[in-house]
Parts: sequence; C-alpha cells; structure tokens
Amino acid sequence: MDLHEHQGKELFRRYGIPVSDGRLATTPGEARSAAETLGGTVVVKAQVLIGGRGKAGGIKLASSPDEAEARAGEILGMDIRGHTVAKLWIERASDIAREYYLSLTFDRSAKQPLFMFTTQGGIDIEEVAATSPDALVKLLVDPLEGCHPWHARRLVYAAGVDDPGEQKQIAAIVGKLYEAFVGADAMLCEINPLIVTPDGEVRALDSKFTVDDNALFRHPDIAEMRDAAAADPLEALAREKGVTYVKLDGEVGVLGNGAGLTMSSVDVVTFAGGRPANFCDLGGGGDAQGVVDALEVVTSDPQVRSIFFNIFGGITRCDEVARGILQAVEQMGLGQPIVVRLDGTNAEEGRRILDEASLQNLHAEGTMLDGARRAVELAA
Amino acid sequence: MAIIVDPDTRLVVQGLTGSEGRFHGLRNRSYGTNVVAGVTPGKGGQDVDGIPVFDTVVGAVSETGANTAMVFVPAPFAADAMYEAVDAGIATVICITEGVPAHEMLRLHAFVQVRGVRLIGPNCPGVLSPGKANVGIIPAEIFREGAIGLVSRSGTLTYQIGHELTQLGLGNSTIVGIGGDPIVGSSFLNILALFEADRQTERVVMVGEIGGDEEEKAAAFIEAEMSKPVVAYIAGFTAPPGKTMGHAGAIISGSEGTAQAKKDALEARGIRVGTTPTETARLVAELARV
Repeated sequence: MDLHEHQGKELFRRYGIPVSDGRLATTPGEARSAAETLGGTVVVKAQVLIGGRGKAGGIKLASSPDEAEARAGEILGMDIRGHTVAKLWIERASDIAREYYLSLTFDRSAKQPLFMFTTQGGIDIEEVAATSPDALVKLLVDPLEGCHPWHARRLVYAAGVDDPGEQKQIAAIVGKLYEAFVGADAMLCEINPLIVTPDGEVRALDSKFTVDDNALFRHPDIAEMRDAAAADPLEALAREKGVTYVKLDGEVGVLGNGAGLTMSSVDVVTFAGGRPANFCDLGGGGDAQGVVDALEVVTSDPQVRSIFFNIFGGITRCDEVARGILQAVEQMGLGQPIVVRLDGTNAEEGRRILDEASLQNLHAEGTMLDGARRAVELAA
Repeated sequence: MAIIVDPDTRLVVQGLTGSEGRFHGLRNRSYGTNVVAGVTPGKGGQDVDGIPVFDTVVGAVSETGANTAMVFVPAPFAADAMYEAVDAGIATVICITEGVPAHEMLRLHAFVQVRGVRLIGPNCPGVLSPGKANVGIIPAEIFREGAIGLVSRSGTLTYQIGHELTQLGLGNSTIVGIGGDPIVGSSFLNILALFEADRQTERVVMVGEIGGDEEEKAAAFIEAEMSKPVVAYIAGFTAPPGKTMGHAGAIISGSEGTAQAKKDALEARGIRVGTTPTETARLVAELARV
C-alpha cells in the first residue's frame, strides 16, 4: 500500500526523523487557515499517489494566506496523470542549501534491505544511477543483525559528506529510517530530497512510503490510512468484494483463477489482436458467489464489450464457476458475449452446466488460445 | 530420482487439523506421499484419519522421523511455524500459506541460509514428483511422470503448462512452485541447480513472470552452469508499470522487471522463450525430438 506524502511524514515524525511543520487541507479555506497558523511562506502540495507532481504544477509556493487560498483553489481538482487532487499538504517553506537522497528498500536478489544514499538529491534517482553511478552509495543490511552506527558512517563517508554536523544528523536519520522500515513493515522508505538548510539543519522534505499489504494485519493504524477515494473506483469496488482487479484500457474483460494464469490470459488476448479491459483474478476458492462478484466488477467498466473466462481448476472447481456465470448472467442481465474455457477439476461437469443452459451470449471454447481469439472477435 | 520430494519424504503437516491442512494433507497421502505426522499446538495426542498429531514439531520428529514439513498455518503464525520446523531439524520446509509479511521472509531466509535448510514458498502450490510424492496443492492428475523438470513462480499457470505438456505426450520429473512473493525461500537458481544434478531430469521449463530479476540471473546461470536445455515462459508482457498483477512480487518498478527485458536476457543466452503456454510446450516438444 502506497502512502501519501503527509502520511509518510507522519510515520517519519513518529520515528524521530525531522520533517517540516504542516497541515492537511481539502478546501481553499482550510488552506488559508493552515497558512495562517503556520505563518510565513508555505508550500501547497497536491497529495496524489503518483510521481511528477512538481512538473505537473501540483506544488506551489505561497507567501501569504491569500495566496495559499488562491493556489489551493488552482490545485484542488487538478488531474495529475489520471489522479484527481482531493487533498493538499500545506507546509512551512524551507530554505535549501543542499539536496541529498536517502532510501531503504528490498534488494530482492540479495534478499536483504538496501540503503541508497547520494548527495545528488532532488532529482529522479534513476537518473543519478544512470549518469553518475559512482555518486550513488549502496549498502546492504543483514536483516538478522539490523542497522548499526557503522552502516551510517559508511554511507556518509562514501558519499563525501564532510561537515561533522551534517554527518551526525544524517547518521541519526539513517538509524531511524531503518527503525521505521522494519517497524512499519515497509517495502520502500524514500526521502528525496533530504535537505540541508543554510543553517545546517537536515530534514526530510518529501516522503515516499510503501507498506507491505501482507503485514497490515499488525498495523491497524496504517491500514486505516488507505485512501479509498484515491484508488480507481472499480479497483475500490473489487477490493470491497475481495477480488483482485487491475483496470486496463481495452474492451475485452479478462477473468482467470490465479495471478499467473490471469496475467498470461491478458497477454494472450493482446497477442490475438485485442485490447484487455482489465486483469481480474478470482483467486484460489472461486465459489459461485465469488464469480458473480468478479463479473459485477468487470462489467461495471462500460468499455467492456466481451468477456474471456479462463479457468484451470485446481482448488477452484469448474462446476462452481459455471454456476456462478449462469447466476451472474441471470441476476445482472448481462448482455455481453462471454467466452468460457474450462479445464481441470470438474471441467466436464462445468461444461455440461453451461451447455444445458444454452444461453445465446455464452460461448464455450476448448483451449486458452481459441478462447482468447473468440473473445477478441466478439469485441470487435 | 526427481528432486525435493520423493519416496524418502517423511512429511509432517503443520496445521493438519485446519480445514485446508486436513483436505490437502489427506489428498497428499492418498497420492502416496508418506504423511507421518501433523502438528497443532494443543491438539497433541489426537489424530487426523490415523495420522498422529503432536503439539510441537520436535515431538513429531522424534516420534516419527519426519524430514519434510508442509506449512498450512495462517499467515500471522506461519513464520513462527517455519522457525520451529528448522529448529526441530527438518531439512525441507514447504510453505503453502499466502500472505506472510515480506520482512518475516527476509529474516527467515537469512536464518535458513546458514543452516542448510531448503525452504520453498511461501504462497506457493508446493512440489510434486509424479508417481513418487506430492506435497502441497498441485492437482496431480494433470501431470504424468517423465523427464521434464518444471519450476514456476505461479500455480495455475503451471497447471496450464503441465496440461499442454501432457497433451503432447510429455511428462515431468518434478514440478516446483517457488511462489509469487517478493521474497521467497528458494529461487529459480536453486531449483535449476537441483534439476541439473538430477538424473531423471533431461530438460527444464522455467515459468517466470514480471518483477524482480530472478529470470535474468537464471539466464546467466543456465548459460554458465547447465548442460541440460531450458525453455522459458514469462507472463505479463502487457502488464502496465507500477501496478501489482495479483502476486505481490509481480510489479514493474522503474525500468526493471518487464517481461520483454527478461525475454531479451534469456534469448541473449540462447534460451528459447515461448510467448504463450501453448508455444512453450511446443518448444519443449521440439527439444525432445532433437
């Protein structure tokens, strides 16, 4: 789960990483009073779960409450790469002498947490990695040993931070970031930029914080931070129904059981010349109600013109899936053509159930490839 | 010979008294797997259809000589169950449970690494050596015994490819589902090395998907270390960046982890990559004729 900047900063604050003082605002009026409380020049920052806010005009300076209100009016409701701005973070503006970069993530190959640190912060880290790889210091941490002061020393000396005051502050932040990373079950904690003010104070000016969905059960406070409004409405409906759904932008609705098979089905539809409307994984169980719920989500997308059901029954029973399809067609009055390919556990029974229903818009196909081709034809 | 599970497997099922554990534990036994024990704290002394249940793994090991553990306990307790199995001297731990926190897996991986324990999963369908033993939830009837090793990050996609192979008259030595999470106990590399050393295995199919760089590392390993031919399949050619495709590990971040990059890396090392499961099975069949 990705957190908004202000939520990530809240976690930083809890773990003792210095951040600027700020307030949340959802209306221009709230932005004004936030600016009044904070005093002086403030930054008005769009809270959206996507990068490139600055370039898109979602971050503006305001030197007075009047100006904060005006900027907020401009930014609220703005569309930033498909995300509508509904919340703003109003923060006291910072004077910046230098911009660094510090992050902690998983190195999936090494199967260890990985620190990355560079004094060339403020820009895209991929760019630093590509143009001046020597400036990017990387350091793995043994997850059983944890983070020690020497890790921080290694990072600051290797990156060439000379000022003793800065060294000390960054070392402290390195240790606290590791505590936050482990403590909040994060997959990514990124501070870009980590700024140094003209007075030599080091602070996190931004935050990118991703928490492991699998660990939310032990962090109810973080689980509550999920911004349902920021998600695609269909994806939010899917989450509510317990279906794994990713919106794509084509016309062929794709449903499968299991992430790998569904991903493969999306590919096969594309290779057959079609454009998938979504990725929808029924998951392991796939009882009749689960199928009805999944079909409800998939057909809520008005772009869907045909549906490809690709089921390889293991734990999932094909007869249950067939019953679910019939139930959904009847309950929702689905008119779109549905192409069904069933194999594995109870496939014959499933095919018989569909066959006996003899519905006009149901098409059975024997293989995954034929099913995909048929669904593509029917969407045309 | 096969790998990981075979007639010498003596299986203890952690969570045998739960509904999933019971269903699959008994199914594995009817397949012919030697299921010697179950473990559920507080239910020691009971039995599940004749399989004795113990309170602790160490109890099960000392009474029954179990050497392999299958973990079916709920996610919040799965890491603890795996540590317990390792501590009790179990050599192979196969975790079916879905939803184990990634930080737990980081620590567990480091823990088992130095103890020489083989950990498969979590969030995986298990391991099947057709005709010998089945540990996990793979529907064995799809597969037949043969000479092709199959290793995969996905469950149902593995069934699809196994089904296509069977239709072409090809069988498998062992099918290994390593799981789709970002941090899993065994990587493609670990399993490829086992297949290379296995006498029954003549060819290998590797089923990957978007995310991470395990397929790229496997490509280098295959070129440098393997004499047996390998065919690969990658799912997720059309997946958009930044979206998790069902598996927590299946996400394209930045320029890393795309299916095309993986295909290119594999093909650059002379490894053929199928674009659909059907084509992949056909490539394997072509190899078989050579």
